[in-house]
Amino acid sequence: MCGGRHGSPVPDLTSKLRVLMNSTLFVLASLDGLSYAALVFLVSVGLSLIFGVLRVVNVAHGSLYAFGAYLAATLSLLVTPISPWLTYPALLVASLVIGIVAGGLIERLLLSRVYGREEVLQLLITFAVFMIMDNLQRMIWGVQPIYAAEPLKLLPNVSIFGVSYTSYQVIVLPVVAVLALFGLRYFLRRTLMGSVILAVTEDREAATAIGINAQRVYLITFIIGATLAALGGALASPTTSLVPGMGTEMIVLSFAVAATAGLGQIEGTAITALAIGMARAFVIYLQPEFEVLVPYLIMVAVLLVRPEGLFGATKLRKI
Amino acid sequence: MAGRSPALAWTLAAVVVAAGVIPILIPSMATLVVLILAKGIVVLGIIILLQAGQVSFGHAMFFAAGAYTAGFWGKYLGVGDLVAYLVVGTVVATILGLLVGLFVVRYREIFFGMLNLAFSMVLWSLLEKMFHLTNGADGMRVPRPTVFGMVFSPENFQYVLLYLTLAIAIAATFAVQRFLESPTGNMLRAIKSNETRLEYLGVSARRILLIGYVVSAALGGIGGVLVAVAQQIATPEFAYWTKSGEFVFIAILGGVGNAMGAFAGSAVFELVRFYASAQLANSWQLILGVVLIAIILFAPDGLIGLWKRQRAARDES
Repeated sequence: MCGGRHGSPVPDLTSKLRVLMNSTLFVLASLDGLSYAALVFLVSVGLSLIFGVLRVVNVAHGSLYAFGAYLAATLSLLVTPISPWLTYPALLVASLVIGIVAGGLIERLLLSRVYGREEVLQLLITFAVFMIMDNLQRMIWGVQPIYAAEPLKLLPNVSIFGVSYTSYQVIVLPVVAVLALFGLRYFLRRTLMGSVILAVTEDREAATAIGINAQRVYLITFIIGATLAALGGALASPTTSLVPGMGTEMIVLSFAVAATAGLGQIEGTAITALAIGMARAFVIYLQPEFEVLVPYLIMVAVLLVRPEGLFGATKLRKI
Repeated sequence: MAGRSPALAWTLAAVVVAAGVIPILIPSMATLVVLILAKGIVVLGIIILLQAGQVSFGHAMFFAAGAYTAGFWGKYLGVGDLVAYLVVGTVVATILGLLVGLFVVRYREIFFGMLNLAFSMVLWSLLEKMFHLTNGADGMRVPRPTVFGMVFSPENFQYVLLYLTLAIAIAATFAVQRFLESPTGNMLRAIKSNETRLEYLGVSARRILLIGYVVSAALGGIGGVLVAVAQQIATPEFAYWTKSGEFVFIAILGGVGNAMGAFAGSAVFELVRFYASAQLANSWQLILGVVLIAIILFAPDGLIGLWKRQRAARDES
């Protein structure tokens, strides 16, 4: 995604900081952070939405991201000979297929059987799905890196404050993320289905009593969340090489973002994804070896001060 | 809390004899049995926390702390003694458990799991990125240690390690069973059923959970030392979240109602992995995933619960 590009070798942190502040590196790091944050947001908000409604942390979320990426790459490579422009619908088709088929199957066949059971069993059943999907992914797509950068290459580079960057990463990705954010807001707060989902989240029993089909709400929510994860993967596929561990890395990162924001918080997830994406991008230029540490340190720091997350609501203790 | 019935005691004896004798007949099994027992010891710690209804998705950090104690010792102090590894590894894991525990016991359920996950991922990235100290992703080699000052050949060493591990596993099982039946163990279960009422008794739930947490961290450290010595290597993967998930998996697979479940689960897990990766070309994860789903859906009390149910059915007829 980003990384790879490093500042000129300078001895200590302060001089590195000076270089960073005074140069185009600052712009570069910000753009890296922005494009990365857009992808992380899509995956994290799906995880957060599923938790908010189903109260299940979906450990297989990273696998849905990886499947989205791999299927998108496969479809892209398939349609490129016909017309490279077909790769864009291919990305969308891939995320819908994974979201609806894989997401639907996981919820219907497995999760729906463990609602109301112990939390650890719900967590572990998604862990089992993760193991299965991780294995299937290696069987289907192998372990060699896959490249499918066609959608990235089709769009021209743009110049922002003197820095040339691919418009796919700095325009397309953030625009999709913003659309997803406002789409979700609109869906949840302005449509009937959204209100029904919120009603089930608020009080499942009361919602069921007035004739709402909670089962259906769970299925739809899970499919939306899974599609967002797969969309994140599909959109990420042109920007990076696809390797076996990509899902396992993304899941912990999206955990970190969702938990830092407060589980179930949509706008909070967007702000947190941006903050963590930016922090990570700047650390890559300053101290590349600590890149992976950043999200977890932020998460630990935030949760120690605010256990319910930055934007989460405090829960009352029940006797 | 079962574990007192004569049938289970006999089975326990049979399992111990099997673990001690089979590797003599089939030498290639020795390391596998050590891995089963060592991971079972770690899973005992997971079971303690599950009594309180808390799932740690980061317990691999204590496992890695034990393993890297042996690794650091080998790199910076030269070949050491297995007993010293075990003592220092347990101390390191216990101290880490106390430090992390002081923070995480303030949280419950998903936040408890998440914070544990975050701490373990911090350790994982440090182990992987501090290349000059830890050899990064390559991991640290753990040379074959002496035992009580005695040097053993590789063939003999695997048996020494096996019987030492078996002895530790038996001791740990009884200690954990006793701990769970003690007042502290009962209060730990009260955290799961109703924490507020527990506090009305004048008991600090956080303190109780901290005790359980530190004990489980120490068990993780012991298991980490043993696995690192058996495999002669400690890698950052030991601290990765999938490792933590594996331990919780084994706990559920075996059944969390009983300390014996840890070893039943661990045996099935390692045997499936061993034979499936040998016979079915890298589909062990797939098979284990399916096994886990089957256990959750059809036998939520794990293998031990399944076994008990069958005995009960047979006794009735």
